[in-house]
Amino acid sequence: MSLDRPARIHAGVIVALLAFLVLALPSMLSAYWVDVTTSVVIYAVVALGLGLLMGRVGLVSLGQIAILGLGAWVAARLTYATSLPYPIVLLLAGAMSAVLGTLVGLPALRLSGLFLALITLMLAGAITVVLTTTQFPNGGPGFLGHTDSSLGSNAIRRPAVASSDTGYFRYTTLVAVLMFGVVVLHLRSKAGRAWAAIRQSEASALAAGVNITRYKLWALALASFITGIAGGLLAGSVGKLYIVQFPISGNILLLAAVLMGGIYTLWGAVAAGLLIKLLPALLDNWGLPPDLLTILFGVGILQVLITAPEGIAVQLPRDLGRLAGLLSRPFQRNQAAREEAP
Amino acid sequence: MIEVSDLTVRFGGVKPLDAMSVTFDTGTCGLIGPNGAGKTTFFNVMSGFVKPAAGRVHAFGDDLLRMPHFRRARWGLRRTFQTEQAIEGLSVLDNVAMIWEHAKHEGRGKRDEDVRGALSFVGLEVDPAAKVGTLGARERRLVEVARAVVGRPRVVLLDEPAAGLSDEETDHLGAVIRAIPEHMDALVVLVDHDMTLVSACCENTAVLDFGKLIAAGPTAAVLRDERVVKAYLGTEEVL
Repeated sequence: MSLDRPARIHAGVIVALLAFLVLALPSMLSAYWVDVTTSVVIYAVVALGLGLLMGRVGLVSLGQIAILGLGAWVAARLTYATSLPYPIVLLLAGAMSAVLGTLVGLPALRLSGLFLALITLMLAGAITVVLTTTQFPNGGPGFLGHTDSSLGSNAIRRPAVASSDTGYFRYTTLVAVLMFGVVVLHLRSKAGRAWAAIRQSEASALAAGVNITRYKLWALALASFITGIAGGLLAGSVGKLYIVQFPISGNILLLAAVLMGGIYTLWGAVAAGLLIKLLPALLDNWGLPPDLLTILFGVGILQVLITAPEGIAVQLPRDLGRLAGLLSRPFQRNQAAREEAP
Repeated sequence: MIEVSDLTVRFGGVKPLDAMSVTFDTGTCGLIGPNGAGKTTFFNVMSGFVKPAAGRVHAFGDDLLRMPHFRRARWGLRRTFQTEQAIEGLSVLDNVAMIWEHAKHEGRGKRDEDVRGALSFVGLEVDPAAKVGTLGARERRLVEVARAVVGRPRVVLLDEPAAGLSDEETDHLGAVIRAIPEHMDALVVLVDHDMTLVSACCENTAVLDFGKLIAAGPTAAVLRDERVVKAYLGTEEVL
């Protein structure tokens, strides 16, 4: 496949960024910041799922954090119960989440907009209630695999090749890149084109022969699948899972972060991951109250709605470009004047 | 050939289509009538967006109304919309390709050839990689027509394709529409208010008024028909 110049530059930037992330960054950071960066990558994958639903198909879901919790539960249960290789564990967590996410999303075929958002939020609430009662597996007996005794509860195992924190960060980044790749492939295929048609107008999509039910379900399944995989990554990352890691309010914060990051480009998901995980860590580090995050997100949402509906992933490069243009103008003027002078 | 018999559509107490019976034979057929006559409703019945209360539509021997709506595109039904509906977020090429993908075709290998064929058929000279959102009204119309003719169409419904175009642009569009039956082997039904375009494209024309068929036949004769003139201009009884 031949690429034109902008596409080649884009690809070059991505490769350079990944090389820096995987090779250089971990050795520059303390253990705490490696942890934070790992969760940024995981939540970028979660944001990727929601961005796919909202930006590409036009479905609003407020249940993604619950599906993340579900994926984490399945992965945790499997690591305690079996000695399956970690990639298989991740795939099964993704598959289980896809099944459940699709069932949860069935109303999406009839509902849209606010009503769909409400239904998914209620189902997220239901999942959270169930997980609060059953708790997460921690090596205990039975199907639920939970024991209250602090003895004998080992941390969730990690892949053998990535048992250290930096190793696990690299592993997570690799899986995240694969997930982004899967989404890119979809967007460039028949499915992506059908989604674009559905998002613009269901009537014209129908007239074009798109089976709207099938493609909406496929989008829900795919988004839930990658969110479930992110859940599996999270399980290995934190070692111990607690329901407080998956609060219902997290669904709304995720939506805000995804809107701010931008739903029409995949970079928006990266921006959303940074907003939802790096920003709180920075606030904490600077000794600012964590509640400030909610205020910042509120202001951020307003900012995005008013000045850049396509999100900061588009706005930032554009405005930086403009700024560079403004800053370089005096120099260019001087040069032009010099050239004009005899 | 499309045979419509006793087609009735009810929206509550209103009947946008009232026992409409008409046959569209070959080539390009016109369907005209004043605003609210039921032309777009008829297209919506064909597309499956509106379920008729009674009546049948047979196209080339197949019962169209019994097909699920998304299957009709695969069968060979294409349409354009009054407000043009090319997909803004996709490139020109992808816009046409997505119709092809859901149509009947001879293997994936022929995709690019068919898509580029449709684009050159409508005479669209823009970068195929350009996003449709960046194009002007004329180009977007032509993209929509290219979408309507790609992938072996059998029936092409055009809903006011010339709306908002200049005379020159309409002339070009007329030439494209006239060429569809021969080049694509499809039956075209053209709805438009531009009688010059309808006269130029259609040998036969049917006229709807308040959901009823009031005239059908050779276009020139239909346009002179007294009932048609009355439907468009009203009667002489003023006060």
